[in-house]
Amino acid sequence: MGIVTNNLSFAYGKKTALNKVNLTLPAGFNVLLGPNGAGKSTLFSLLTGLTQTANGTIHINEDDLSKNKSKIMSQMGVVFQQSTLDLDLSVKQNLLYYASLHGIAPKKALKNIELILAQLSLTERLHDKVRTLNGGHRRRVEIARALIHQPKVLLLDEATVGLDVESRLLIISYVRNLCLQRDICVLWTTHLMDEVEPSDQLIIINKGEIQAQDQSSKLCEQYNVDDTYQLYFALTKNAEAV
Amino acid sequence: MTLNHYFYCCLGIVKREVFRFFQQRSRLFSALVRPLLWLIVFAAGFRAALGVSIMEPYGTYITYQEYIIPGLCCMIVLFNGMQSSLSMVYDREMGSMKVLLMSPLPMPFLLCCKLIAIAFLSLMQVYVFLLCAQLVDVDISFLGYLTAAPAVFLIAFFLGALGLLLSSLIKQLENFAGVMNFVIFPMFFLSSALYPLWKMQEASVWIYWLCQYNPFTYCVELLRFALFGQLNLTAFSVILSVTVITAVLALISFSPKFSQQR
Repeated sequence: MGIVTNNLSFAYGKKTALNKVNLTLPAGFNVLLGPNGAGKSTLFSLLTGLTQTANGTIHINEDDLSKNKSKIMSQMGVVFQQSTLDLDLSVKQNLLYYASLHGIAPKKALKNIELILAQLSLTERLHDKVRTLNGGHRRRVEIARALIHQPKVLLLDEATVGLDVESRLLIISYVRNLCLQRDICVLWTTHLMDEVEPSDQLIIINKGEIQAQDQSSKLCEQYNVDDTYQLYFALTKNAEAV
Repeated sequence: MTLNHYFYCCLGIVKREVFRFFQQRSRLFSALVRPLLWLIVFAAGFRAALGVSIMEPYGTYITYQEYIIPGLCCMIVLFNGMQSSLSMVYDREMGSMKVLLMSPLPMPFLLCCKLIAIAFLSLMQVYVFLLCAQLVDVDISFLGYLTAAPAVFLIAFFLGALGLLLSSLIKQLENFAGVMNFVIFPMFFLSSALYPLWKMQEASVWIYWLCQYNPFTYCVELLRFALFGQLNLTAFSVILSVTVITAVLALISFSPKFSQQR
């Protein structure tokens, strides 16, 4: 179970974005940390199959993405950095549309939707247009959407960027609980240090290369630093992160 | 994936397009006002100036209003096809296209569903227009209404595929407006929508040949015959061929490899 990449490389013309990335992400909460332009979004795009590369391989739950894309997509939930909801449709219409893209019957989808929205305290917004929701609520709708088909792998690209503290805490704790309850593999991309916990699998990426990959507490020990911030700074020489 | 999965997926895509269409109420209004203006104002003026002689499939002299009905129906389909494609460009800019691309169902199938949705919306608008056209004494038989449906559907599929192809080649919404002017107006005016081709030939031979090579001419003729319960085999063959070619090109243009290369 999980995500494995082997020698994954990608370039935009002559500019290398990823250079021989080898990753092993087991079931659980995996955090991908890196400064702007480190290659996080490119990696995300490759993992979701939106971008293709001939250099390197991606295996998700032991299936090769280039060969079994359909199977992998049916097991993958994604929250993109940029909102991808249809603002003119209601929460229900957005979620049912997504369920239909996975071939789920409306009745069954609605059951899942009601359950997930209740967990995310969004039940009363079911019939509201997305345009009327605030940023935090929209994000929660996107997370609900990514979970309708009960994925085994969940990818979230900077899912808490621009949200207030309360919304951030709610979202991150909800996703952490999901990991525990369902034993799924979560890849949480962020540049916010305070979202990393000592028990998380931490991957630090910089300039298209993986700088470190292990449990966060172990990495701190290995590099003889007190916290994730110092670790990140030591590995990337970048103090941009909060 | 079973047949049920495919069915629910197609239903979901069509439903989304219908919801979006009715959310934008002005879209239905403008879709009807445009051809109705042509029918009521433009055609009234031209009726006096132009006479249409007996020609197929009409068995007798007809009014100019009757003549331009198929052209105006195709105009509705053309605008709807292009506008739906515009929504694809919008979807891509807003990111919602990624949601479609993340579906486990094959991309060609998803795009076909999108085309079915476009065709369904076109069909709906054409029938509302035809009902309105009754007010200016344009008579269409019950059989005509029935046989027009598959013709409109095929035309809408073709023009929708053309729109998808264009939307895949356009990077920004702003560029799309220019392409609309270079596609919609030449296609519409260089066809038999407003004037019979023999009249065009009298005016200018080279414009006549441009009209002859314009697939939109065959869309108009296919529908003209269909509204009379007849099949224009030449028009049908041409439209079927260009639909297949355009749809295949649109599918290729949406493949990740092609998108990346661009």
